[in-house]
Amino acid sequence: MTRTPLRPLARILEARAKGENPDAIERANIRARHEVMRDKTRLRSEGRLLVLGAFFFCAFVVIGVRMGMLAASEPSEPQVAAASAHIVASRADIVDRNGRILATNLTTRALYAQPPVMIDKAGAARQLATIFPDLDEEKLLAQFTGNRKFIWIRKKISPEQMQAVHDIGDPGLLFGPREMRLYPNGKLAAHILGGASFGREGVNSAEVIGVAGVEKEFDDYLRDPAQDGKPLQLSIDLTVQAATREVLYGGMKLMNAKGAAAVLMDVHTGEIISMVSLPDFDPNTRPRVLTKGDAGDSPLFNRAVQGVYELGSVFKILNTAQALELGLVNPSTMIDTKGPLRWGRFKIRDFHNYGAQLSMTDVVVKSSNIGSAHVAQMIGAKRQRDFLGALGLLEATPVELVEASGAKPLLPKRWSELSTMTISYGHGLSTSPLHLAAAYSSILNGGLRVKPTLLRQTAPRMGERVVSERTSEQARSILRQVVVRGTASFGEVEGYAVGGKTGTADKPKPTGGYYKDKVVATFASVFPANDPKYVLIVTLDEPVETSGPKPRRTAGWTSVPVAAEIIRRVAPLLGLRPEVEPLQPTGVTLTSN
Amino acid sequence: MTEMVYGTVPVRSSDPILPRWWQTIDRWSLTAILMLFGIGILLGLAASPPLAAKNGLAPFHYVQRQMLFGGMALVVMMVTSMMAPSLVRRLGVLGFLGAFAALVMLPVLGTDYGKGAIRWYSLGFASVQPAEFLKPGFVVIAAWLMSASQEINGPPGRLYSFIIAITVVGFLVMQPDFGQASLVLFGWGVMYFVAGAPMFLLLSMAGLVVFGGMFAYNNSEHFARRIDGFLSADIDPTTQMGYATNAIQEGGFFGVGVGEGQVKWSLPDAHTDFIVAVAAEEYGLILVLVIIALYMVITVRSLLRLMKERDTFIRLAGTGLACMFGVQAMINMGVAVRLLPAKGMTLPFVSYGGSSLIAGGIAVGMLLAFTRTRPQGEIIDHFARRGH
Repeated sequence: MTRTPLRPLARILEARAKGENPDAIERANIRARHEVMRDKTRLRSEGRLLVLGAFFFCAFVVIGVRMGMLAASEPSEPQVAAASAHIVASRADIVDRNGRILATNLTTRALYAQPPVMIDKAGAARQLATIFPDLDEEKLLAQFTGNRKFIWIRKKISPEQMQAVHDIGDPGLLFGPREMRLYPNGKLAAHILGGASFGREGVNSAEVIGVAGVEKEFDDYLRDPAQDGKPLQLSIDLTVQAATREVLYGGMKLMNAKGAAAVLMDVHTGEIISMVSLPDFDPNTRPRVLTKGDAGDSPLFNRAVQGVYELGSVFKILNTAQALELGLVNPSTMIDTKGPLRWGRFKIRDFHNYGAQLSMTDVVVKSSNIGSAHVAQMIGAKRQRDFLGALGLLEATPVELVEASGAKPLLPKRWSELSTMTISYGHGLSTSPLHLAAAYSSILNGGLRVKPTLLRQTAPRMGERVVSERTSEQARSILRQVVVRGTASFGEVEGYAVGGKTGTADKPKPTGGYYKDKVVATFASVFPANDPKYVLIVTLDEPVETSGPKPRRTAGWTSVPVAAEIIRRVAPLLGLRPEVEPLQPTGVTLTSN
Repeated sequence: MTEMVYGTVPVRSSDPILPRWWQTIDRWSLTAILMLFGIGILLGLAASPPLAAKNGLAPFHYVQRQMLFGGMALVVMMVTSMMAPSLVRRLGVLGFLGAFAALVMLPVLGTDYGKGAIRWYSLGFASVQPAEFLKPGFVVIAAWLMSASQEINGPPGRLYSFIIAITVVGFLVMQPDFGQASLVLFGWGVMYFVAGAPMFLLLSMAGLVVFGGMFAYNNSEHFARRIDGFLSADIDPTTQMGYATNAIQEGGFFGVGVGEGQVKWSLPDAHTDFIVAVAAEEYGLILVLVIIALYMVITVRSLLRLMKERDTFIRLAGTGLACMFGVQAMINMGVAVRLLPAKGMTLPFVSYGGSSLIAGGIAVGMLLAFTRTRPQGEIIDHFARRGH
């Protein structure tokens, strides 16, 4: 940068020479320099002012556009929750394996009274008593004229009843909305579903809580709004359940039994397709719990799950399967059956005398207690106990019912050699029919442990192996022999190759010892025996078959025909194809001429 | 020829004030200001009855006061706008000294009217907010100092003006009144910018603002909450912001109708900080766009006229006044449409408030005085260029 001097020497000297004041030159130069500087800053300021102007212009335009956008948009109602958070307040449905409704909700009304605003108390009480015959007119009137300000009259009323109450026209009779639990199938699957009742109650709503069965077991799940109303799907098949219940009910009546239970289980998954306990109840109007007498006789009692019985000879196949698995015997090994078998002061007898020896197969087919006891001795107490434990027979079933955990098998206090011998034919160890169904499934499905479940399974659950494939096949073959030529000959259902084992156990007296004329008759079956799909356990409590000259109580005469009828009914429903020999055309000659 | 010279009217020594004023004033801005004042009265009719009802006064009590103060403000504005720039400078500096003294004495003599910040002097019939009067005076004194620094052998005016700005801001922050403090700082920054701030300094100041904001966000819960509320996509409908947004949406293009608005009943500051929401709800987008256009006309036109101004002091002072006026309106409306985080700032000339109206009249009067058309030495330029 070149500096321009304010007092250029040449001009100063020239000015002095002319006698002018040289300071004027300096002032003029300062002025000129200032002018230049001012022009420069002015230009810069002009530019910057333009920038500011543009900034304000843009800012105001942006505000205007934004105002326009806001004004053009729809005002939204202030909402606390986002619209997507849809809350399902009602209890989820329960459906069967095919999605058919087992339990759902129904909107109904509760009826209550506010005596202070009632006009005609006597008339209202009288008319209410005619609408609801179980209400007492005098008690109602006493309540209305008492000091109470608020009285619940009915928890649930039908639309017709509601209209009738409307017609009374009293302003003190009021209705509160209610969601009630409805079981459209009535008694079907009553023990599985259990029931529900109202928890905390208000005028405008009431909490529905499960009180038994899966309703209680899955109470949290069913009430969880996070599940978004997704129904709970059970493994039950409603059609099969209906058929099973109908046949079992008929069989129970025919065989004069006081109770009955049936469990139909998928051998591979442990899914309970059908489970019936009789007598039963309607979960819509759940009866009260018995306060006196044997709780086991209450209709609320689930015999299939809660009832632990000595189930008798049905255990023999478990014993045999273990012996086969351990290689102690093969199906044709001859077993000593000479009786009676004495053990201390205890004698083991057979129903008939089967001679000195029977093959392993025939011990089961003819149901020899003595033979089974000898085999059990070969196995020994510890190995037997471990095996039964592996089958899940020594602990409560893990099935998804609140009642299940309370139904623990009754074990002998000391697992002596005698216990080992009696348990081999099903005495001395009490289990529920459901236990037995799971144990049979485990042994007969190829040898993989299954656990009973009430929830629909989408894939087979591979449990640990309890017996080999070969043992499983041999056990099925033996069970098939029982039906073909043994104690369960009434169990034959043409085309379905039923195999099974009968069990007739004397009922223990509460005072000790056993009744002579009261039995629990059980038939544990598998079908089809060559390609196992289902296990069916049918248990009758105190059956008597009276068509013969003397009463017959053995399972072969009572449970087996009932079970066979059930299989005949449900196997087609389950989609099983009967294997029938093709008919030989007789009397028809094909000719070609 | 002789007759023509003889008998001519003698040249008057001074110009007639009013015609000269009318010829040189920026008539567009003047019209815009008068319209804003009218809109202020109109919106006062809508927005202030709830406040009057709350305070147990006649429904249009605040409208009457607004008209009284507005009339005073218009008179002050007219008088100021007729003054010569040198007189404005003189009075502005004196006014600044007075207002500054009042500001300093606030903690001793002021009152907070139960709002938590001591900003007012109570005069019985009215209250005075010194900060409002301080702003135009501050602009004048700062512009004077900065222009003086551009003279050869002038004083270091930029430094002095910066010291004054910081002092004023310090007193305002003590009240606390961050809104006015930031306006003062902004006014100084704009003047410094136009006076020729070095580019490097501007960039480093921008960086400093960013870092300061981040520091405040991380360390002040109050500040962080406001910013979070501003940045979050959904509006809490129970905040002032939510009410304002809803009001604008309700109004749509043509409004819900005069007197039909609801937002004025919900918002405590409907007559001041959120007056635009009231306008949008009752009169619709049309009136709001008119208001925006009026502010834009005043601000942008003033700045464009100042571009031609050759006097450094006038240019700087005019810039400061125009920008403070514009930015105040911009912030007020930007908050209502959620372009800016919530900050209490009145809408000049439209919001209710005695001090704000009269001080606004002074400021706008000064601005009009500075933007009057006056000879800028173009002829000298012309001849000078010729001479070269």
